[in-house]
Amino acid sequence: MSDVLAVAEHRQGELRDVSFELVTAGRQIADQQGGELHLAVIGGDAETFATELNLDGVSVIHTVDAGEEFNHDVYTQVTEQLFEELQPGTLLLPNSVNGLDYAPAVASRLDVPLVTDAIGIERDGETEVTREMYGSKVETTIEIDSDAVAVSIRPAEWAAAEAAGDADVQAFDADIDESAVGSTVTGFEEVAGGDVDISEAEFLVSIGRGIEEEDNLPLIEDLVEATDATLSSSRPIVDNGWLPKNRQVGQSGKVVTPDVYLAIGISGAVQHVAGMKGSDTIVAINTDPNAPIMDLADYAIVDDLFDVVPQLIDALE
Amino acid sequence: MKILVTVKEVAEAEDDFEIDGLDIDDRYLEYDLNEWDEYAIEEAVQIKEDGECDVVSVTIGPERAEETIRMALAKGVDRAIRVWDDDIAATDTLDPATKADVLAAVVAEEDPDLVLTGVQAGDDSFGATGVALAETIGFEWGAVVNALDLDADAGVGNVHRELEGGIEELTEIQLPAVLTIQTGINEPRYASLRGIRQAQSKPLDVSTLSDLGLDAEALESPLRRTAMYEPESESDAVVFEGSPEETAVELADLLRDAGVVEG
Repeated sequence: MSDVLAVAEHRQGELRDVSFELVTAGRQIADQQGGELHLAVIGGDAETFATELNLDGVSVIHTVDAGEEFNHDVYTQVTEQLFEELQPGTLLLPNSVNGLDYAPAVASRLDVPLVTDAIGIERDGETEVTREMYGSKVETTIEIDSDAVAVSIRPAEWAAAEAAGDADVQAFDADIDESAVGSTVTGFEEVAGGDVDISEAEFLVSIGRGIEEEDNLPLIEDLVEATDATLSSSRPIVDNGWLPKNRQVGQSGKVVTPDVYLAIGISGAVQHVAGMKGSDTIVAINTDPNAPIMDLADYAIVDDLFDVVPQLIDALE
Repeated sequence: MKILVTVKEVAEAEDDFEIDGLDIDDRYLEYDLNEWDEYAIEEAVQIKEDGECDVVSVTIGPERAEETIRMALAKGVDRAIRVWDDDIAATDTLDPATKADVLAAVVAEEDPDLVLTGVQAGDDSFGATGVALAETIGFEWGAVVNALDLDADAGVGNVHRELEGGIEELTEIQLPAVLTIQTGINEPRYASLRGIRQAQSKPLDVSTLSDLGLDAEALESPLRRTAMYEPESESDAVVFEGSPEETAVELADLLRDAGVVEG
């Protein structure tokens, strides 16, 4: 029960970063208990992925021939069978969109408790998982009273494992019940296209919920015009239909790395931060000095954007 | 055709708050319908407007939650169920597996063709109840759905799942199914005055665990919250002090120095 089983993630022929982070997290937990880290690569070019994931601290990599792309029914069945075979104490999964699509099903089928979106895990006798609540305003500790646990980890929270290893690569012959596969992935679509590519911009003026109403957009458009900046936004603005999808910065939108990112009325939810933390200089205008965006900001104005932005336009003209 | 929408009243914390024990002090919490569930309700009501179907909402929550449930009724939900009793009230943590078990009992009574849930709740953000429910009741499922085209005759839902990086996965899902709905899938309507009046006379039934054939054992969870705290600020931002006029001038200078504006 001291072993860890982590399941890698890939999409359209490439391993996703979280796969390498799962190795780091998995190694940590295995070390705390003197166990081994097993890694599963399900579907796709599993052999090639296994070579890329043959990293220091991984004992065994199980490759499973199971279709090209992720399918939750297949992943659920394969993960269940690997778990039954290996009997690990910890099942580690990614808290990615696809992780959300099979982790709860696997946990339910195995009758193993699941804690999602972990940002810290301690498995030293007791199992303690650290996770956030109330939109990142607080952190909590969850104790799990069970010998076997399933935990999904937040992407980009652990460092990616890099050092080469000498894991055993073994093919796992999963028995997939096709009659229980009730979903079919028919394709992929890129949705953030269009005339503007915000990831190319040097200066982004980016707006969030703080803008309150669509009627307040012209104020920001004046600023964009005065500065020759490019306009982008956080998710709620796009959800509301105030700006098109190609303006969205974040996990489900674009990743941007401008020279200056001016965040106006953006609190800095983790999904947003994933898309802009690589910016050279981050400036935040926000009424809340404790907003998560302040953890990233190089410069900040703690004030009402409706007071500051008109003054900023004046100061620039 | 019948659609069951699971909804949750969630607490949102004010900017300034205090923690009392294992939760934020109630004085700093505001309760509202979970944002993701608003989109799930709208999706169900739009499907109803396209054809014949019943939309029933279910929530696990105290009497206070009836205010948000009435809003769902005002927006076009036909009937609501609220599950609550003293045992649930006395439970600290309702984990996703527990909620899935309770909701599974409601599904057994209602026999829906489609269950819509929000992707996650805004307060604890577990994002697991919908898919756990699907597995528990033997339905197919799809998580993080941001487009839905229902083909009831063929018995499938054609969905888009919103993946990371501006990519959507196109998936065909057999019914009956549980779909977890992402924000932005539609434009949730405001309740009309007429809708609000009508909501007052729509059925809102309260079920206890025993009504659902469950007992307090169903609430036992291996998960226990043992601490809550404010994370230490990692901020090392230079904060411009002064009036908006003064801070704006400093910011303008910064932008000029960075070379992103002229002058």
